[in-house]
Formats: sequence, C-alpha cells, structure tokens
Amino acid sequence: MLNEVQKHILAEIANLHKVPTGAYSIRANGETESMNSTANIQIVKKSDVPGIDIFIKDGTVNESVHIPVVLSESGIKEVVYNDFHIGDGCDVTIVAGCGISNCGDQDSAHDGMHRFFIGKNSRIKYVEKHYGEGDGKGKRIMNPGTEVNIGEGSSVEMEMVQIKGVDDTVRKTTAKLEKNAKLVVHERLMTHADQRADSDYVIELNGDGSSADVVSRSVAKDESVQVYRSRIVGSAVCSGHTECDAIIMDKARVVAIPELEANNVDAALIHEAAIGKIAGDQLIKLMTLGLTAAEAEEQIVNGFLR
Amino acid sequence: MLELKNLCFGVETEDSTKEIIKDISFVVPDDKFVVITGPNGGGKSTLARLIMGIEKPSSGQILYNGQDITHMDITERANIGISFALQQPVRFKGIHVVDLLRLAAKRNLTVGEACDYLSAVGLCARDYIDREVNASLSGGELKRIEIATVLARGTQLSVFDEPEAGIDLWSFQSLIKVFENMQKRNHGSILIISHQERILNIADEIILIADGQLRDQGSKDRILPELLKSTLPVTCNRILDGGAADA
Repeated sequence: MLNEVQKHILAEIANLHKVPTGAYSIRANGETESMNSTANIQIVKKSDVPGIDIFIKDGTVNESVHIPVVLSESGIKEVVYNDFHIGDGCDVTIVAGCGISNCGDQDSAHDGMHRFFIGKNSRIKYVEKHYGEGDGKGKRIMNPGTEVNIGEGSSVEMEMVQIKGVDDTVRKTTAKLEKNAKLVVHERLMTHADQRADSDYVIELNGDGSSADVVSRSVAKDESVQVYRSRIVGSAVCSGHTECDAIIMDKARVVAIPELEANNVDAALIHEAAIGKIAGDQLIKLMTLGLTAAEAEEQIVNGFLR
Repeated sequence: MLELKNLCFGVETEDSTKEIIKDISFVVPDDKFVVITGPNGGGKSTLARLIMGIEKPSSGQILYNGQDITHMDITERANIGISFALQQPVRFKGIHVVDLLRLAAKRNLTVGEACDYLSAVGLCARDYIDREVNASLSGGELKRIEIATVLARGTQLSVFDEPEAGIDLWSFQSLIKVFENMQKRNHGSILIISHQERILNIADEIILIADGQLRDQGSKDRILPELLKSTLPVTCNRILDGGAADA
C-alpha cells in the first residue's frame, strides 16, 4: 500500500489519485509496488536489470500506460531500464514521471532509462513529469535517458515537465526517425535555488518526409544554472525546428547551444534561441490591472511555462 | 475626480535636466469625457503615465477623489479605481486572451462574459478567447484586446493613451461607440490622449498640451473649432470626414 506522502507525489507527477485503470506499473522506493497488464498491453519485469518491458500489440488504440516512480525514503539510488515495444497502427498515451520526497540528509537519485521501439503508423503521446520535495539536506537527483526509435509513418508527441524541487538533472534524449515519421517535443523547465539542469537532445532525421519540432521553455531563478543543447541532424528530405526560450531571473545562468547538421540538400533545419528577463512593460501592464509586482511575475512565469 | 496640481517631470541628461512636463494643473470632473490633445512630443503620454504611477513626478501633486495619490504605486492606483490602456500593448507568451480579461475583471469571467468584452471592441470573440497574447496577434488586434481589458475592469477613471493608433477604419466607428457606452455604463470619467478629430468631437472637454505646458482647457464647443482652424501641428493628424484613421 502506498503511504500518504507517496500518494501526494503520485498526484503531482501523474495526476493520479487512485490506482489507474488500464495497464500500469507503480514503482516505490526501489521496488515494484503494483503492476497490471491488459489484453493488449503486457508489462513484464526484467530479469537481468531493474525495470520492465512493455509490449503493446499491433492496433492497440485509445489505451494508456502509467509507469510512475515514487521515492519517499532518503538515500535511495537506482537506475531503472524501461523498454517500450510498440506495434503497428497503435494510438496510446504513456504517462511516466518520477517524484522524490527527500526529508533526510542523504541524496536520493532515480535515473530512468526509457527506450521506445515504435512500429509503423502508430501515434504515441508520452508525458513525463519530474517533481521533488522535502526539506532535508539530501539532494533530489534525476538523470533520465530517453531513446526513441520512430518507425515509418509514426508520430510521437513528448511532453517533458520539471517544474519544482529537482536539485540536479541531466536529461538526455535521442531520437531516430524513419520515413514520414514525426516527433514533437515540448519541454518545460523551472529551476530555483542552486539547482542545475542539463538538457541534451540529439535528433536524427533519417527518412524522407520525417520532421521534428523540439521546443523548450524554461525559467531559471535564484542562482540556478540551465544548459540546453539541441542537435538536429537531417540526412534526408526532412524538416527540423528547435527552439529554446528562457526567462532568466535573479543571479541565474542559462546556456543555450543549438546545433544543426544537414547532410542532404533538401533538409530544412531551423533553430531559434532567446534568453531574457521579464520585460518591464509586462509587469507594468499586469500592475495596471491591480496585481502586485510579485503577483504579476508569477502570472508571467506560469503562463510562460503552461 | 482627478486633480493635477503644479505637476512637473524631468529627465536627467548628461549635463542638465530636461523638463518634459512643466507645471501642469487641471481637473477631470466626475462623469466627464476629457480628451488631451496636442503635438507629438509635447508630453501627453508622459502625463498619462504620471497619472497611472508608471512615472513619478519631480514635483507637484496628484489627487484622486480628494486623496493624495502622488506617492502611490501602480498597483495601489489600479485598486482605487484607475485603469490604463497602453499606447503600445504588451505581448505575453502563454497567457491567453481570456486569462488577461479574467485578471482585469478580478473574477472568473465565464467565456460568454469574456466574449462580450471582445465583441464590444469589434473582435469576433470566439476566435480570440483562447489565443495567446503573443506575436501571432497583429498590432490592431492587441490594441483592441488592450481596450477590452479596461472595459472588463469597469473602474471609475479610465485613461487611454492614443487608443486609435493601429485601429483600422472599419473598427474606428465602433471604437467611438465603445467610449460612449463606457461612459453610460460606468458613470465614470474617461481621459483619452488622442489626435483624432472624431474622438475630440465626442469629448465634453478638451485639454491642449504643447511643449510640456497646458495651453488651453475648456468645452469641446469652444476649443475644437479653434484647433481646426489653428496652425498648430495637432490638426495635421486629423482626418477628413469619412477618411481613414491615422496610425
């Protein structure tokens, strides 16, 4: 049974208030807490390393998989390997996410390694939320690795959110796209205090007609540091766009490094990067509506990270 | 009632102080429609920003309903019933039009209520309500949304800095109606900075500002005919009846 702290974290990362319907695997403090397969989605524990294999049958539509991870004890460090094997013609939503509540003095770390092997003409929505809380001296650390292999005609939409409480994160995402495959990534990141977040994307557009759109919006507060790297390699008739848009506050540091590589004359690749503080006019406008400067700032940041 | 007493404002340059507003005093009575006009660069927008508290005067006093508000900040002035529409509206990534209207109204407006404010400024409401207030909106669209936020606030005093700028000819007539309706609905005062003859034409009173000084104040019936025949640059911007609004 999950305790109250774990239930609270589950609500934060996966909007779950009870055991989800459909296929799921809930991992708590380094152990599988509960697991459920359905007729079309089979979840199997790995025997060699910690983690699970998720098999989604051809033609599985309108189903979802939840695989949240909760760490509520101080000092747990784990690397978990989850592989998604997705067939042809599927339309599924996958909700992952990790929450750490660390009230102790030892670091807690969860490194989730996710690999996706997606067949033809499938549509996948992947949501990953990271959240940390607790007032102990121990750090809350997450280093997710995501590898996405998108088959012909398939599309993947990824929503990656890390808004609060994760002290240290190195996020690596790689994707390989075949003919007519499509990838859309929305990343939202907020760091505060002395947190550090590294986000690193490498997208390979290998098939004709493939496209990728990687958009990161972030807010860096206090003395936090963010480093965003995004590399798109176009080796076919393809289109790629990467955008990093950051609000910098206080004494924070933000580094944006976009990189494009075209190996085909018909690869259309674009990058955009903008870093700036909240505009004075934006604060003034909201203050003329009766908000205080602090309330105005909160509205601007919340809107930006929506 | 808004009262300005001997208001001065200057900006420091390298070796001197440049006076932008020079000892201006006037009163905006309750329930009146007052238009401030005058040549470009004469200090009109600065005056509006001083009234809202965006700039602080170097000397003089601003009174609102008898209360000295000279040292109040923007938020305090907004909360005692002053609204302000910026000449150049601001864009916000991620904030939707309906969010801005709800912040303005200080309550959770229904979509229907929010749409009413947008329709009042000539926008096809349902197309806009969920749009982000970002670079995808044109200058004219933003301007109308800006005016809608002031409508949603429904305060006793509303200050508009050149509301006609960026508004196309087709919307101009409905803009005039917006101001007429506002005055009826709020029983409040409207203070508009404008060059437009058609806006001057619906004023109760006109204040003429040039070179940082108050040149004249009086009823529209007295001042407007004088402005139209004068050689002051203010009339350069006026439009002929039926002509296009200037930008």
